[in-house]
Amino acid sequence: MSSRPIIEARNLDKFFGKFHALKDVSISVRQGERVVVCGPSGSGKSTLIRCFNALESHSSGTLVVDGIEVFEGSKDVRRLRQEVGMVFQQFNLFPHLTVLENLMIGPMKVRKVSRDQAEETARKYLDRVHIPEQAEKFPAQLSGGQQQRVAIARSLCMETRIMLFDEPTSALDPEMINEVLDVMVELAETGMTMVVVTHEMGFARKVADTMVFMEEGRIVEVAPPEQFFTAPSSDRCRMFLAQILEH
Amino acid sequence: MAASETAGLRGPPIPKPPVHQQVLNSVPVAVAIYAVVIGLIVYGSFVGARNMGYNWQWYRVPQYLYSFTDDGFQWGEISVGLVATIRLSILSFALATALGLVVALLRLSGLVVGPAVAVAYLELIRNIPLLVLLYLFYYVLGPIFGLDRYVASILTLAVFHSALISEIFRAGINAVAVGQWEAAKSIGMSTGQAYRYIILPQSVRFMLPPMTGEMVHLIKSSAIVSVIAVAELTTIGRNIISDTYMSFEIWFTVAAVYMIVTLILSVGVSFLERKYTVDQ
Ligand SMILES: Nc1ncnc2c1ncn2[C@@H]1O[C@H](COP(=O)(O)OP(=O)(O)OP(=O)(O)O)[C@@H](O)[C@H]1O
Ligand SMILES: [Mg+2]
Repeated sequence: MSSRPIIEARNLDKFFGKFHALKDVSISVRQGERVVVCGPSGSGKSTLIRCFNALESHSSGTLVVDGIEVFEGSKDVRRLRQEVGMVFQQFNLFPHLTVLENLMIGPMKVRKVSRDQAEETARKYLDRVHIPEQAEKFPAQLSGGQQQRVAIARSLCMETRIMLFDEPTSALDPEMINEVLDVMVELAETGMTMVVVTHEMGFARKVADTMVFMEEGRIVEVAPPEQFFTAPSSDRCRMFLAQILEH
Repeated sequence: MAASETAGLRGPPIPKPPVHQQVLNSVPVAVAIYAVVIGLIVYGSFVGARNMGYNWQWYRVPQYLYSFTDDGFQWGEISVGLVATIRLSILSFALATALGLVVALLRLSGLVVGPAVAVAYLELIRNIPLLVLLYLFYYVLGPIFGLDRYVASILTLAVFHSALISEIFRAGINAVAVGQWEAAKSIGMSTGQAYRYIILPQSVRFMLPPMTGEMVHLIKSSAIVSVIAVAELTTIGRNIISDTYMSFEIWFTVAAVYMIVTLILSVGVSFLERKYTVDQ
């Protein structure tokens, strides 16, 4: 793992109107690093990672992602998004396109690769997420777990260098959570840089290099998993962990 | 940046019509009401006509629809007028749709002036009667820009109907989930690409029914161009009457022709609509 930071956020603030959603947040993610972000609802986890691919714009501070400075109105936003994939809680597959078309549309329209090449890539990543047989179906015909794996493959087809996950398993029925987490573990093993918002602590223990705990718009704790789970330095973090590890 | 781009797109979903309206719109009820009303009108006019001693000459009507002469089958004047009406309506509708899309996109755009320009345009159109708009295009803009009566008619109908069509587009676009924008953006699509490949294809489903309604509306309002003597169904009907004095027969026939065309259109689109929902 190289030590070059691929995401570098310095003193980010984010306001929604008067509401202060991110407060002086600084974080740096190295290439190949796996970061798991957790924290109570409304603590700003989604807002933070949505800043990383400019779905939200931060109000002040500096943010550099893969060498591209992110700021409101930047002309480089689309170039940035081609390097940063995002997987959403609600999957957000394109319902009017087949699975294969969902995977091909980005490469074809954004990266301008040929149809044949896009299809080859799409089938490769559909294999990678273990659902090659679903290629011709529409998203509505798939289970939630399958849909989320298609969404992961859709991001992979853009051959991004960074993948952001916003609670990828919290909209899933319990029996489908593992099939998605397994795919994410495999992805982590390929050396992908990943920032994952999740409360799946089993997954976090397995893949995280760094744990981040947020509360009320601040990063309260940053630690490697061993330390994070055994001896968190803040009480708030300890209480939160006790709560979610309870069940 | 993206947040402000998509924030304006969130809007109220298309409201479901109230229950009594849904019942009235169901096919059997609608057909029954239609039959009763038409029956009453026909009965009423026959009684009325008999009382005023009207001389019915239905046997003279078919020749205005079609005829067999020595040259074989020939379309009659009313049929020719119908073709003209359909042509005028299609051209106007195409232009209205293009205008409506532009106005809707302008309204939804993040540009500062976009929404203001769009709203001003909509208010202007909405508050001018169709007839006055036609006179404006024909008698005022016509001489200035050299528009003939046909072009003035197309422009009038297109501009008038573009207002409602832009609202249909806006509602259809807003009905697509915000997550679709975010997904499209997150794979690097531009706003234009997101509209073209992701958003608009999904809004077709929401827009088909109101767009059909608007097409029907346009076909009916196209009759107004008869006041500037554009040759179409209504104008031709009036010309036939001034030659033959068969006003009851011809107006009944013209009304029936409009009705048949718009009914065929509605039925056709409801098939299309069913196909669209099945596909998804
Ligand atoms: N577009 C928005 N407009 C106004 N307020 C917002 C917006 N998005 C988020 N917020 C507010 O910002 C705060 C942080 O939201 P965020 O979604 O980042 O929290 P989160 O940590 O992801 O929570 P959850 O676990 O519920 O997903 C919340 O209080 C939320 O209400
Ligand atoms: Mg969240």
